[in-house]
Amino acid sequence: MKRLRLGVQIAFTILTNGYAYGFASGKIYRGNLKYACVPGLNCYSCPGAVASCPIGALQALLNQKGFQIPFAALGFFFLFGSLLGRFVCGWLCPFGLVQDLLYKIPVFRKRKTLPFHHVLKYGKYVVLFLLAGAGSLFLFGGFAKVPAFCKYLCPSGTLFGAVPLLAANEALLSQIGGLFFWKLGILLFIIILSVKVYRPFCQYLCPLGAVYGWFNRFSLVRIQWEEEKCISCMACEKACPVALSLQEISRSPECIRCGQCVESCPVKCLHFTVKNAGTDRG
Amino acid sequence: MRFWKNNKRAAWLWGVLLGTTFLGLGVAQGQLAVIWRKATMICMECIGIG
Repeated sequence: MKRLRLGVQIAFTILTNGYAYGFASGKIYRGNLKYACVPGLNCYSCPGAVASCPIGALQALLNQKGFQIPFAALGFFFLFGSLLGRFVCGWLCPFGLVQDLLYKIPVFRKRKTLPFHHVLKYGKYVVLFLLAGAGSLFLFGGFAKVPAFCKYLCPSGTLFGAVPLLAANEALLSQIGGLFFWKLGILLFIIILSVKVYRPFCQYLCPLGAVYGWFNRFSLVRIQWEEEKCISCMACEKACPVALSLQEISRSPECIRCGQCVESCPVKCLHFTVKNAGTDRG
Repeated sequence: MRFWKNNKRAAWLWGVLLGTTFLGLGVAQGQLAVIWRKATMICMECIGIG
Protein backbone atom coordinates (compact mmCIF):
# COMPACT_ATOMS: atom_id res chain seq x y z
CA MET A 1 0.00 0.00 0.00
CA LYS A 2 2.79 2.44 0.93
CA ARG A 3 4.63 1.82 -2.32
CA LEU A 4 1.45 2.02 -4.35
CA ARG A 5 0.56 5.35 -2.74
CA LEU A 6 4.06 6.74 -3.25
CA GLY A 7 3.92 5.63 -6.90
CA VAL A 8 0.53 7.29 -7.41
CA GLN A 9 1.73 10.48 -5.70
CA ILE A 10 4.84 10.69 -7.88
CA ALA A 11 2.98 9.81 -11.08
CA PHE A 12 0.24 12.38 -10.41
CA THR A 13 2.76 15.08 -9.53
CA ILE A 14 4.63 14.46 -12.79
CA LEU A 15 1.37 14.27 -14.76
CA THR A 16 0.08 17.60 -13.44
CA ASN A 17 3.47 19.32 -13.63
CA GLY A 18 4.68 17.79 -16.84
CA TYR A 19 5.34 20.91 -18.92
CA ALA A 20 9.10 20.35 -19.05
CA TYR A 21 9.75 23.28 -21.41
CA GLY A 22 8.57 25.62 -18.66
CA PHE A 23 11.32 24.53 -16.28
CA ALA A 24 13.96 25.08 -18.94
CA SER A 25 12.69 28.45 -20.14
CA GLY A 26 11.38 29.99 -16.90
CA LYS A 27 7.95 30.45 -18.48
CA ILE A 28 4.60 28.90 -17.66
CA TYR A 29 2.15 26.82 -19.66
CA ARG A 30 -0.58 28.92 -21.31
CA GLY A 31 -2.79 26.23 -22.87
CA ASN A 32 -6.46 25.38 -22.53
CA LEU A 33 -5.96 22.82 -19.76
CA LYS A 34 -5.64 25.75 -17.39
CA TYR A 35 -9.37 26.35 -17.66
CA ALA A 36 -9.64 23.38 -15.29
CA CYS A 37 -8.33 22.78 -11.80
CA VAL A 38 -6.32 19.87 -10.49
CA PRO A 39 -7.66 18.39 -7.26
CA GLY A 40 -4.60 19.15 -5.08
CA LEU A 41 -2.74 22.27 -4.02
CA ASN A 42 -0.67 22.85 -7.14
CA CYS A 43 0.55 26.38 -7.87
CA TYR A 44 -0.45 27.48 -11.39
CA SER A 45 2.70 29.54 -11.53
CA CYS A 46 4.80 26.39 -11.35
CA PRO A 47 6.59 26.30 -14.72
CA GLY A 48 5.46 22.71 -15.17
CA ALA A 49 1.83 23.12 -14.09
CA VAL A 50 -0.63 22.11 -16.78
CA ALA A 51 -3.81 23.09 -14.91
CA SER A 52 -4.99 25.50 -12.24
CA CYS A 53 -4.91 25.36 -8.46
CA PRO A 54 -8.41 25.20 -6.92
CA ILE A 55 -7.53 27.59 -4.07
CA GLY A 56 -5.87 29.95 -6.57
CA ALA A 57 -9.02 29.74 -8.71
CA LEU A 58 -11.23 30.56 -5.71
CA GLN A 59 -9.13 33.61 -4.93
CA ALA A 60 -8.98 34.74 -8.57
CA LEU A 61 -12.79 34.76 -8.62
CA LEU A 62 -13.03 36.59 -5.29
CA ASN A 63 -10.47 39.13 -6.52
CA GLN A 64 -12.81 40.33 -9.27
CA LYS A 65 -14.45 43.74 -9.01
CA GLY A 66 -17.68 43.60 -7.04
CA PHE A 67 -18.77 40.24 -5.68
CA GLN A 68 -19.76 37.13 -7.55
CA ILE A 69 -20.37 33.76 -5.94
CA PRO A 70 -17.32 31.76 -7.10
CA PHE A 71 -19.42 29.02 -8.68
CA ALA A 72 -16.64 27.52 -10.80
CA ALA A 73 -14.33 27.01 -7.81
CA LEU A 74 -17.22 25.64 -5.73
CA GLY A 75 -17.99 23.28 -8.62
CA PHE A 76 -14.47 21.86 -8.58
CA PHE A 77 -14.57 21.57 -4.78
CA PHE A 78 -17.87 19.68 -4.83
CA LEU A 79 -16.83 17.39 -7.68
CA PHE A 80 -13.45 16.40 -6.27
CA GLY A 81 -14.70 16.43 -2.67
CA SER A 82 -17.82 14.34 -3.24
CA LEU A 83 -15.92 11.73 -5.20
CA LEU A 84 -12.65 11.60 -3.26
CA GLY A 85 -12.80 13.60 -0.02
CA ARG A 86 -9.33 13.92 1.49
CA PHE A 87 -8.13 11.00 -0.62
CA VAL A 88 -6.89 13.94 -2.70
CA CYS A 89 -4.60 14.98 0.18
CA GLY A 90 -3.26 11.49 0.78
CA TRP A 91 -2.74 10.38 -2.80
CA LEU A 92 -2.86 13.28 -5.27
CA CYS A 93 -1.38 16.42 -3.73
CA PRO A 94 2.18 17.36 -4.76
CA PHE A 95 2.85 19.30 -1.56
CA GLY A 96 1.56 16.35 0.45
CA LEU A 97 4.12 14.19 -1.33
CA VAL A 98 6.90 16.63 -0.40
CA GLN A 99 5.89 16.49 3.27
CA ASP A 100 5.64 12.69 3.18
CA LEU A 101 9.19 12.45 1.82
CA LEU A 102 10.52 14.90 4.40
CA TYR A 103 8.93 12.86 7.21
CA LYS A 104 10.87 9.81 6.03
CA ILE A 105 14.21 11.52 6.75
CA PRO A 106 15.56 9.60 9.73
CA VAL A 107 16.45 12.51 12.01
CA PHE A 108 14.58 13.83 15.05
CA ARG A 109 12.19 11.76 17.13
CA LYS A 110 9.01 11.71 15.06
CA ARG A 111 5.67 13.08 16.22
CA LYS A 112 2.29 12.48 14.62
CA THR A 113 0.84 15.79 15.75
CA LEU A 114 1.86 19.05 17.39
CA PRO A 115 1.09 19.87 21.04
CA PHE A 116 -2.38 21.47 21.31
CA HIS A 117 -3.37 19.56 18.19
CA HIS A 118 -7.05 19.66 19.20
CA VAL A 119 -6.94 23.46 18.90
CA LEU A 120 -4.34 23.92 16.18
CA LYS A 121 -6.18 21.62 13.75
CA TYR A 122 -8.77 24.37 13.33
CA GLY A 123 -6.06 26.62 11.92
CA LYS A 124 -6.82 25.44 8.40
CA TYR A 125 -10.40 26.70 8.71
CA VAL A 126 -9.11 30.08 9.87
CA VAL A 127 -6.78 30.16 6.84
CA LEU A 128 -9.65 29.16 4.54
CA PHE A 129 -12.11 31.78 5.77
CA LEU A 130 -9.76 34.64 6.67
CA LEU A 131 -6.99 34.37 4.06
CA ALA A 132 -8.39 32.49 1.05
CA GLY A 133 -11.91 33.87 1.62
CA ALA A 134 -12.27 37.23 3.37
CA GLY A 135 -8.64 38.22 2.71
CA SER A 136 -9.11 37.80 -1.02
CA LEU A 137 -12.30 39.83 -0.91
CA PHE A 138 -11.16 42.74 1.22
CA LEU A 139 -7.34 43.04 1.11
CA PHE A 140 -6.04 45.42 -1.50
CA GLY A 141 -2.60 45.92 -3.01
CA GLY A 142 -2.90 49.36 -4.64
CA PHE A 143 -6.33 49.34 -6.29
CA ALA A 144 -6.50 45.60 -6.91
CA LYS A 145 -7.59 42.87 -4.52
CA VAL A 146 -4.89 40.35 -3.65
CA PRO A 147 -5.01 36.56 -3.39
CA ALA A 148 -4.11 36.72 0.29
CA PHE A 149 -3.39 33.02 0.87
CA CYS A 150 -1.09 32.78 -2.16
CA LYS A 151 0.60 36.06 -1.34
CA TYR A 152 1.26 35.68 2.36
CA LEU A 153 1.26 31.98 3.19
CA CYS A 154 1.26 29.33 0.48
CA PRO A 155 4.55 27.38 0.73
CA SER A 156 3.57 25.26 -2.27
CA GLY A 157 3.68 28.38 -4.46
CA THR A 158 7.13 29.23 -3.17
CA LEU A 159 8.47 25.73 -3.70
CA PHE A 160 6.85 24.81 -7.01
CA GLY A 161 6.38 28.30 -8.44
CA ALA A 162 8.93 30.76 -7.13
CA VAL A 163 12.04 28.61 -6.80
CA PRO A 164 12.06 27.07 -10.31
CA LEU A 165 10.89 30.31 -11.95
CA LEU A 166 13.52 32.44 -10.24
CA ALA A 167 16.20 29.86 -11.03
CA ALA A 168 15.42 30.06 -14.74
CA ASN A 169 14.31 33.68 -15.13
CA GLU A 170 16.83 36.41 -14.29
CA ALA A 171 14.34 39.23 -14.89
CA LEU A 172 12.19 37.90 -12.05
CA LEU A 173 15.19 37.26 -9.83
CA SER A 174 16.09 40.93 -9.88
CA GLN A 175 12.64 41.85 -8.47
CA ILE A 176 12.61 39.83 -5.26
CA GLY A 177 12.18 41.67 -1.98
CA GLY A 178 10.90 41.30 1.58
CA LEU A 179 7.74 39.43 0.63
CA PHE A 180 9.76 36.72 -1.10
CA PHE A 181 11.95 36.22 1.96
CA TRP A 182 8.85 36.12 4.20
CA LYS A 183 7.44 33.33 2.05
CA LEU A 184 10.79 31.58 1.83
CA GLY A 185 10.95 31.67 5.64
CA ILE A 186 7.51 30.05 5.86
CA LEU A 187 8.56 27.38 3.38
CA LEU A 188 11.75 26.61 5.32
CA PHE A 189 9.78 26.47 8.59
CA ILE A 190 7.28 24.03 7.09
CA ILE A 191 10.09 21.94 5.59
CA ILE A 192 11.93 21.63 8.91
CA LEU A 193 8.71 20.97 10.81
CA SER A 194 7.74 18.28 8.28
CA VAL A 195 10.85 16.31 9.15
CA LYS A 196 9.65 16.13 12.77
CA VAL A 197 5.84 16.18 12.51
CA TYR A 198 3.65 14.34 9.99
CA ARG A 199 2.33 16.75 7.34
CA PRO A 200 2.08 19.88 9.50
CA PHE A 201 0.86 22.05 6.63
CA CYS A 202 -1.94 19.61 5.74
CA GLN A 203 -2.99 19.14 9.36
CA TYR A 204 -2.94 22.76 10.49
CA LEU A 205 -2.86 25.24 7.62
CA CYS A 206 -4.07 23.91 4.28
CA PRO A 207 -7.38 25.53 3.22
CA LEU A 208 -7.93 22.80 0.65
CA GLY A 209 -7.70 20.18 3.39
CA ALA A 210 -10.35 22.16 5.28
CA VAL A 211 -12.61 22.04 2.22
CA TYR A 212 -12.15 18.36 1.41
CA GLY A 213 -12.35 17.38 5.09
CA TRP A 214 -15.99 18.45 5.10
CA PHE A 215 -16.69 15.92 2.30
CA ASN A 216 -15.02 13.02 4.13
CA ARG A 217 -18.22 11.95 5.85
CA PHE A 218 -19.99 11.14 2.58
CA SER A 219 -17.42 10.96 -0.26
CA LEU A 220 -17.63 8.06 -2.68
CA VAL A 221 -14.12 6.79 -1.96
CA ARG A 222 -13.99 5.83 1.68
CA ILE A 223 -12.64 3.25 4.08
CA GLN A 224 -15.13 0.60 5.02
CA TRP A 225 -15.10 -1.20 8.36
CA GLU A 226 -16.53 -4.66 8.77
CA GLU A 227 -17.37 -4.49 12.44
CA GLU A 228 -18.14 -8.18 12.83
CA LYS A 229 -14.58 -9.09 11.80
CA CYS A 230 -12.87 -6.53 14.07
CA ILE A 231 -10.90 -7.92 17.01
CA SER A 232 -10.32 -4.44 18.55
CA CYS A 233 -6.55 -4.84 18.49
CA MET A 234 -6.18 -1.09 17.79
CA ALA A 235 -3.43 -1.73 15.22
CA CYS A 236 -5.23 0.78 12.98
CA GLU A 237 -5.02 3.50 15.64
CA LYS A 238 -1.32 2.87 16.12
CA ALA A 239 -0.71 2.99 12.38
CA CYS A 240 -2.75 6.13 11.72
CA PRO A 241 -0.25 8.91 10.96
CA VAL A 242 -2.64 11.66 12.02
CA ALA A 243 -3.49 9.98 15.34
CA LEU A 244 -7.16 9.29 14.74
CA SER A 245 -9.12 7.14 17.15
CA LEU A 246 -11.00 3.98 16.26
CA GLN A 247 -14.23 5.92 15.87
CA GLU A 248 -12.75 8.64 13.69
CA ILE A 249 -10.90 6.76 10.97
CA SER A 250 -12.25 7.55 7.48
CA ARG A 251 -15.14 9.76 8.62
CA SER A 252 -13.07 12.41 10.42
CA PRO A 253 -12.17 15.57 8.47
CA GLU A 254 -8.56 14.85 9.45
CA CYS A 255 -8.40 11.44 7.69
CA ILE A 256 -6.35 11.74 4.51
CA ARG A 257 -7.24 8.23 3.31
CA CYS A 258 -3.57 7.20 3.31
CA GLY A 259 -4.59 3.59 3.88
CA GLN A 260 -2.10 2.81 6.63
CA CYS A 261 -4.96 1.57 8.84
CA VAL A 262 -6.06 -0.71 6.02
CA GLU A 263 -2.55 -2.09 5.65
CA SER A 264 -2.06 -2.60 9.38
CA CYS A 265 -5.29 -4.49 10.09
CA PRO A 266 -4.38 -8.13 10.85
CA VAL A 267 -7.86 -9.46 10.08
CA LYS A 268 -8.51 -7.24 7.05
CA CYS A 269 -11.68 -5.71 8.42
CA LEU A 270 -10.77 -2.35 6.90
CA HIS A 271 -10.65 -1.74 3.19
CA PHE A 272 -11.07 0.96 0.58
CA THR A 273 -14.44 0.98 -1.09
CA VAL A 274 -16.38 3.00 -3.63
CA LYS A 275 -19.72 1.44 -2.73
CA ASN A 276 -22.59 3.17 -0.99
CA ALA A 277 -23.65 0.32 1.24
CA GLY A 278 -21.91 -1.06 4.31
CA THR A 279 -20.78 0.26 7.65
CA ASP A 280 -18.31 3.08 7.68
CA ARG A 281 -15.63 3.25 10.26
CA GLY A 282 -17.04 5.81 12.74
CA MET B 1 -37.26 6.56 6.47
CA ARG B 2 -35.74 4.34 3.84
CA PHE B 3 -35.80 7.22 1.36
CA TRP B 4 -33.67 9.36 3.70
CA LYS B 5 -31.33 6.48 4.53
CA ASN B 6 -30.73 5.79 0.86
CA ASN B 7 -30.26 9.47 0.17
CA LYS B 8 -27.67 9.74 2.93
CA ARG B 9 -25.75 6.85 1.40
CA ALA B 10 -25.85 8.52 -1.98
CA ALA B 11 -24.92 11.95 -0.62
CA TRP B 12 -21.78 11.89 -2.74
CA LEU B 13 -24.01 11.72 -5.81
CA TRP B 14 -25.89 14.83 -4.70
CA GLY B 15 -22.50 16.46 -4.20
CA VAL B 16 -21.45 15.56 -7.74
CA LEU B 17 -24.72 16.91 -9.13
CA LEU B 18 -24.34 20.10 -7.13
CA GLY B 19 -20.72 20.41 -8.29
CA THR B 20 -21.75 19.96 -11.90
CA THR B 21 -24.47 22.59 -11.47
CA PHE B 22 -22.05 25.03 -9.86
CA LEU B 23 -19.54 24.41 -12.62
CA GLY B 24 -22.25 25.03 -15.23
CA LEU B 25 -23.19 28.30 -13.53
CA GLY B 26 -19.52 29.26 -13.40
CA VAL B 27 -19.11 28.54 -17.11
CA ALA B 28 -22.24 30.57 -17.88
CA GLN B 29 -20.83 33.52 -15.96
CA GLY B 30 -17.45 33.29 -17.70
CA GLN B 31 -15.63 32.32 -14.53
CA LEU B 32 -13.47 29.67 -16.19
CA ALA B 33 -12.02 32.40 -18.38
CA VAL B 34 -11.16 34.40 -15.26
CA ILE B 35 -9.37 31.35 -13.84
CA TRP B 36 -7.56 30.78 -17.14
CA ARG B 37 -6.39 34.40 -17.36
CA LYS B 38 -5.02 34.26 -13.82
CA ALA B 39 -3.37 30.88 -14.35
CA THR B 40 -1.66 31.74 -17.61
CA MET B 41 0.17 34.81 -16.33
CA ILE B 42 2.97 34.43 -13.83
CA CYS B 43 1.29 35.13 -10.51
CA MET B 44 3.64 37.61 -8.84
CA GLU B 45 1.89 37.23 -5.49
CA CYS B 46 2.22 33.45 -5.60
CA ILE B 47 5.96 33.62 -6.11
CA GLY B 48 6.43 36.34 -3.51
CA ILE B 49 7.18 39.32 -5.73
CA GLY B 50 3.87 41.12 -6.23
